[in-house]
Amino acid sequence: MSDLLKFNLLQAEKAIKNKEFTSVELTNAYIKAIDDTYSLGAYLETVKEKSLDMALKSDKNIADGVARPLEGLPIGVKDMFCTKGIKTTASSKILDNFYPTYESTVTQKLWDDGAVMLGKLSCDEFAMGSSNETAAKGNVKNPWLLDKQVSPGGSSGGSASAVASRSALAATGTDTGGSIRQPAAFCGITGLKPTYGRCSRWGIVAFSSSLDQAGPLTRTVGDSALMLNSMAGYDKKDSTSADLKMPDLIDCLDKGVKGKKIGIPKEYTQDGISNDIIKFFETSINWLKDAGAEIVPVSLPHTKYALPVYYIIAPAEASSNLARYDGVRFGVRKEGQSLDEMYELTRGNGFGEEVKRRIMIGTYVLSSGYYDAYYLKAQKVRRLIKQDFDNVFEKVDFLLTPSTPTTAFSLGEKQDPLTMYLNDIFTVPASLAGLPGISLPVGLDKSGLPIGMQLIARAFDEPGLISTAQVIENYAEFNFIADGAAK
Amino acid sequence: MNQVSSNNSKKLKPGQIQGDTGLWEMVIGLEIHAQISSKSKLFSGASATFGAGANTNVSLVDAAMPGMLPVINQYCVEQAVKTGLALNAQINNYSVFDRKNYFYADLPQGYQISQFTKPIVGEGEIIIDLDEGKQTTIGIERLHLEQDAGKSLHDQHPTKTYIDLNRTGVALMEIVSKPDIRSPQEAGLFVKKIRSILRYVGSCDGNMEEGSLRADCNVSVRRAGEEFGTRCEIKNLNSIRFINQAIQSEAERQVEILESGGSINQETRLFDTSTGETRSMRSKEDAHDYRYFPDPDLLPLEFEDSWVKGLKESLPELPDTLRERLVLDYGITPYDAAVLVEEKDYVKFYEKAALGRDGKLTANWMISELFGALKKENLSLLNSPVSPESLGELITLITDGVISGKIAKDIFAEMMISKKKPIEIVKDKGLEQVSDDNEILKLIESVIADNQDKVKQYLSGKDKLFGFFVGQVMKVSQGKANPGIVNKLLKENLK
Repeated sequence: MSDLLKFNLLQAEKAIKNKEFTSVELTNAYIKAIDDTYSLGAYLETVKEKSLDMALKSDKNIADGVARPLEGLPIGVKDMFCTKGIKTTASSKILDNFYPTYESTVTQKLWDDGAVMLGKLSCDEFAMGSSNETAAKGNVKNPWLLDKQVSPGGSSGGSASAVASRSALAATGTDTGGSIRQPAAFCGITGLKPTYGRCSRWGIVAFSSSLDQAGPLTRTVGDSALMLNSMAGYDKKDSTSADLKMPDLIDCLDKGVKGKKIGIPKEYTQDGISNDIIKFFETSINWLKDAGAEIVPVSLPHTKYALPVYYIIAPAEASSNLARYDGVRFGVRKEGQSLDEMYELTRGNGFGEEVKRRIMIGTYVLSSGYYDAYYLKAQKVRRLIKQDFDNVFEKVDFLLTPSTPTTAFSLGEKQDPLTMYLNDIFTVPASLAGLPGISLPVGLDKSGLPIGMQLIARAFDEPGLISTAQVIENYAEFNFIADGAAK
Repeated sequence: MNQVSSNNSKKLKPGQIQGDTGLWEMVIGLEIHAQISSKSKLFSGASATFGAGANTNVSLVDAAMPGMLPVINQYCVEQAVKTGLALNAQINNYSVFDRKNYFYADLPQGYQISQFTKPIVGEGEIIIDLDEGKQTTIGIERLHLEQDAGKSLHDQHPTKTYIDLNRTGVALMEIVSKPDIRSPQEAGLFVKKIRSILRYVGSCDGNMEEGSLRADCNVSVRRAGEEFGTRCEIKNLNSIRFINQAIQSEAERQVEILESGGSINQETRLFDTSTGETRSMRSKEDAHDYRYFPDPDLLPLEFEDSWVKGLKESLPELPDTLRERLVLDYGITPYDAAVLVEEKDYVKFYEKAALGRDGKLTANWMISELFGALKKENLSLLNSPVSPESLGELITLITDGVISGKIAKDIFAEMMISKKKPIEIVKDKGLEQVSDDNEILKLIESVIADNQDKVKQYLSGKDKLFGFFVGQVMKVSQGKANPGIVNKLLKENLK
């Protein structure tokens, strides 16, 4: 039975269609894996009956010869996606009783393409965090070095932990400043943040509207291609979604990287990076060279401002986006003697520390007298950061950087919010510029924790990103399995 | 107590206040909130119909459920641009939606989507007609698009407030005037003119009772020639009468304070319709910090000049040009023309009735007789029992000499009741004017025969009696004799 867990998404897709096993068999294997890995805390909610119903339907479709692209493949969903009739909390106490009457566009597209839903995955509260420790129901554990209690990263920590521990064949995530790529790197899996506008944001609990983007967390680059094929697409319900057709990403596999120019930004190799990561960074550069790519040193001079800019813009938008959690229409209400008191009690009790901190920061940077100095200036610098990328993408096709400055840290290790924020230093710039990025595992550090490399591409060049990432993946031959994975 | 009055002195112009220490004048600026006549809301597909059951016109977007996103309603954008064009205003081909953040129970998102620094329409101006044929220009500062909030019902339960979200997200245009208005009367005329333009364009029904048109008034006072004073804003006035009263009483309140050595606190005030006075709602210190910032869920609004040009070409004739045309085409007075262009429906009715007829006579009949009769019956022109065609026929009957003006009034009264065509009434009642010389001559002869004494007096020089004979002839003809012919024949026969 557990042999079924060895199939990655692409392999399972073929095997199911070739009737090597059924979706019900595969789904049951994952349901069992969820139970086996329960102590990781990746799942907030499982929907076993629904999963098996969906699997049964998939098996019927396959028998009838009308299989859809993701037919019968069991996946997990980050709790930021609203799922019809299934509790959706964004890992927050304030939504502890919230059952949406609607399905997010991205998850609907996955179900329409035949995917089987396993359940809802934990994340940092409202996707605010880099360790999954801000989740109301407690942190998720990284399946790597299980006895060391390592963070899976965040905010899509549940998604990354589930995929790495083989309790989901793949999972959805959302990335605002690195929330797909950083946990993917920490958990030794592949995480792809598409171009801003590639996937609809409709039905995804909003954190920072100008940055939020849905994407897949998978075992391999090919898996990401298959899953993003289904997730992406224009949605007239999201005014910021792009009316552009994405080429079939499966066609982008095995294309190589010959003649492509890879930029190496000098700003991404400065202090604070662990030696093991630098070593693998250099190795990755050599692999690309060996595959026929041209390596070009480049500079993105405004990189150092990315983090402060991000920590102004994202909280500013969040402070406004989270105003709707007021206890009036849905969610958990704490009664008060007046409207203001009801707001205070509801929000005071409903939100956790990090969310409150960001609402405070956001309210401050937007308030009269500070707006120009913070928010407006941050927007200007954001344009400069984007300009940096535009400039280098005139010279190169892709940028290669480490995904994170360190491998996964221990749970509870980073108590100071600022040191926590620094962990996003390599993922935030591409987010601010709206560019697609992918993190994929290239090796393990001395302690045995995965190391992720990040590729960044021009806007809407997910096809190129997939081709190039697969070249690195082939060289890296990352075949390690987390010790905490389902057996 | 200071005595402040605008009534005591006879020489005061509207908008002036005679204080103990001198003359004051008002400075007024208006913000008009006009609900766009659109089937659906500004950013959601929900119905924007008035009067539906509580919380029945509410979409997931209106209720601000997690993950819901606004999508702009293009029809509303078109209406705003058309209105801007009708206000002779600058159309901004690039405008931005901002979030205005504040907490309130009937504001589900916790912010209102509005336009702050980059509105869709910039500066413009309109002309208003004052007394005695005078006109003045009032500047328009801007027009922007925004969402309406929901409704809080505080009187349904002793301790709870109920919320109705039907109005949440309904499209509004906020039209802001420059502080060019100098009297409550001008403010009223300004609102009327804006309402008329909105109705011509079709962008707002202008219905103040249903709240489709509301105004906030910014009022300050100053001594003639001085700088602007500190202003107060009176919120949410929904009739022209209240606008008049609120401005007058607020200006008087301010003069009273200033004359007794006080100063005006910049604040938001409410008008109490029962007392006719304003009272403080919140001071500047308590004012919200709205933390405006561009809404990241929406792209900026951008459009081409050619699109604006297309909308401009689709605009109907607007009141000012229409008025000039009516004077030229129908030879009516500018005053009558102004009355007729007040409402789109008036002109439509008038032109139907006056087509190919005596324009002046038609205008007189419509304005004095028809409007008078409708007012008496409490009817609007839209449900007038007299159709434009019927009124036109009546005018034709008069100008063709079939009936006299006096009989026409009787026929008109009948038309108001029976909805019959005038010609039918004339025939039914045998009211055709008698213009046959011989027939009238017979009547004259009988009147002369019956009044020999008066004939003698007349012939001996009492000219005034001529009118008596006319009256007698008309009487025996039951008013049907053609007065012109009666006059002519009487003169010939009274010799």
